[in-house]
Amino acid sequence: MRIEVKKISDFVWEIPRTGDMLVPGRIYADEETIAPLVKEAASGKPGGLTPALVQVANVATLPGIQVASIAMADIHPGYGFAIGGVAAFDAEKGVVSVAGVGFDINCGVRVLKTPLTRNEIEPVKEALANQLFRDVPSGVGSTGEIRLKESEIDELLVKGSPFIVERGYGLPEDLEYTEGGGCIKGADPRNVSSRAKQRQFKQVGTLGSGNHYLEVQYIEEIYDLVAAGIYGLSKGQVVISIHCGSRALGHQIGTDYLKTLEAASRKYGIPIRDRELVCAPITSTEGKKYISAVNAGMNCAFANRQAIAHLARGAFASVTGVRPESVRMLYDVAHNTCKFETHTVNGVEKKVLIHRKGATRAFGPGREEVPEAYRSVGHPLLVGGTMGTASYILRGTEKGMIECFGSTVHGAGRSLSRVQSKRQWRGAELLKELAEKGIIIRSGSMSGLAEEAPGAYKDVDRVVEIMHRAGVNRKVARLRPMVCVKG
Amino acid sequence: MPYSYCEHVSDIGIRAEGPDLKSAFNEGVSAMLNVMFDTSTIGEGEVREILAEAPEIETLFVEVLNEVLSIQGLDELAFKRIETFEIERTAGGFRYSGIAFGEKFDRTRHGVRTEVKGATYSGLKYNHGANGTHALECVLDV
Repeated sequence: MRIEVKKISDFVWEIPRTGDMLVPGRIYADEETIAPLVKEAASGKPGGLTPALVQVANVATLPGIQVASIAMADIHPGYGFAIGGVAAFDAEKGVVSVAGVGFDINCGVRVLKTPLTRNEIEPVKEALANQLFRDVPSGVGSTGEIRLKESEIDELLVKGSPFIVERGYGLPEDLEYTEGGGCIKGADPRNVSSRAKQRQFKQVGTLGSGNHYLEVQYIEEIYDLVAAGIYGLSKGQVVISIHCGSRALGHQIGTDYLKTLEAASRKYGIPIRDRELVCAPITSTEGKKYISAVNAGMNCAFANRQAIAHLARGAFASVTGVRPESVRMLYDVAHNTCKFETHTVNGVEKKVLIHRKGATRAFGPGREEVPEAYRSVGHPLLVGGTMGTASYILRGTEKGMIECFGSTVHGAGRSLSRVQSKRQWRGAELLKELAEKGIIIRSGSMSGLAEEAPGAYKDVDRVVEIMHRAGVNRKVARLRPMVCVKG
Repeated sequence: MPYSYCEHVSDIGIRAEGPDLKSAFNEGVSAMLNVMFDTSTIGEGEVREILAEAPEIETLFVEVLNEVLSIQGLDELAFKRIETFEIERTAGGFRYSGIAFGEKFDRTRHGVRTEVKGATYSGLKYNHGANGTHALECVLDV
C-alpha cells in the first residue's frame, strides 16, 4: 500500500486525510527515519503484517478521533496501533481499543535518585549488580516475596501504589512523584477476571522479562541546568531506573478483552479496517468495563514498580552503606495506557480518552497533574535506551501539550526483529562487549539478552533529538548505564 | 518445517503447517512454546486440559494460544507441547479441546528464552491450501 507523506517541517510529516480517514496522520521523524517507513509501507511486508504508517492511517479512521493520529519518533509496527502511537478520542462519541494499550498495561519507567556519584559506585559496581540481581526477582515466570490474597489483590487494583506503601514498601513521598499518585480512579476489580488476579498474586514486585530491566546509571550530560536543578539532578550522579509493567495481570486483561472487544466491534458495527483494531464505544458497557480493567491494570503496575523500587533501595543501601531513604524518587511515568484527560482541542478545553501505545505522558509547565515541585518546568519524561546506550530525562513543553496531547517517545524503538537480532548476536559475546564498555549485565536468559542487543534498536540519541528539535519536549539529561539487570 | 518464525520488528510472527487442522494447531502451540523455552528441556509429568471457543478458525487459534499461556501462568508450569483432540463446529463457530503436556516450571532446569505476553490478531491468517495443508499464522506480543 502506497502511503503519501507530506513534509510539514524538518521533523514533522503528515499523512493527508484521504478516503475514510477522519483526521490526518502526523509523524515525528527526520528525512532518514521517515524514508524506511515509507518504503516499508510500499513493500507491504510478507506475512500480512501491517506497516507502521498504514497503522497510523488506520487509527485515523476510528470514530471520535481528535485532531490527528499521531506517531512519535520511535515509531515501529505494533499490532493494530503502531508503537509510538498516540490517539485522543472524544469521551462521548469515541472508541476505546485494546490495540491502543497493548498487553503490557502501564509499562513504564521509574527513576530513583541516589546521593552517590559514578566514581563512588565504580568500585562496588560488581557487588551492586549481584545484590540487585538477587533481591529483585526477574525473568520468565518470576515470582516475588509479596504474596497477596484474592481480597488483597482487589484492594491493590483499586488503590495502586498507596496500598504497597501502606504495607511498608516505600516512602509516602514516593506517591507524590508517581503519575496520578500511583492510583488511577475508576478501577473496578469486578471487571478483572479471577484468572488475571490469580496469575498476579505471586508476581507483585517482579521485573518480568523481554525488554524490561533495572539499571544503575550515571548522569553523563546535563542540557537544561534549570530543570535539572529543579529535579535535583547533577552531572556524575548515579540513578536507578526501573522499566516494567503490570506483568501477567495486564497480559490476561489484554487477552480477556481482546475477545470481548472483538465481539463488541461486530455488535456495534464499528468500521475497522483491520481486525487488530478491535474496539468498543467508550460509553458502551464493554467499553466502560475495559477502561475500568485498564485502570486496575495501571494501578497494579504502579504498585509493582513501587515494590521493585523498595527492593532496589534496600539492595543499594546494603552495598553502599547509604540510608535507604536517601535514595529518592525522581518520577514514575507510564507509556502503555489509555486515560481520560482534559486537553485544549482546536482552542477548546475538552475531555478526551488518550491512548498512548509506547508513548510517554509528557505534561508541560503549569498542569495541575504535575507535582508542585516540578510544576514550573513540567514533570520529568523518562525515556529508556538499550543496554549499551543512553537513556534520557526530558521535560514537556506547551507546544507538546497542544501538538501531542502531552506525549512523547518511550524509548529507542526496535529496528531489527528479535529473530534477526538473535541471528546477529550471541548473548555471551554481547556480555563481553558490554563489559569492555564498563557495563555489567545480569540476566537469567542468554537468548533473551541477544534479542535485546543495543544494535537491534534505533539510535536513541536521534529519536530524542527529533522530539527536542520539533519543540515538543526539551532534553534535560543523558544517562549512561553501569549495571543492567534483565529478565 | 512444520512451523517457522516470521520477521517482525517488534514482535515474533509464527507460522504453523500440518496435513490437517489438528496438527497445524499442535505445531502452532509448539512454535509459541519454543519462543518461551527450549522445549527439549521440559518433561511431560503434568497434563492440563485446554478448551476454547471462537467464531472462526483464526480467532480460535489465538484463543488456544492464549489459553495455553494462561493455564501455564496460573499453575506455574512450563508446557512442552499440546495434543489436539477435537475441533468441532458449533452453532456459534468452533470449539477446541486438547491436552497440554509439561511440568512444574523450574528456571534452573528449563531453557528459558523470552516471555510471551499474548497472542494477537496481528497477521492472523488461516489457509487451507489446494495441496491439502492447513496453515495458521499470527503474531505474538513478546
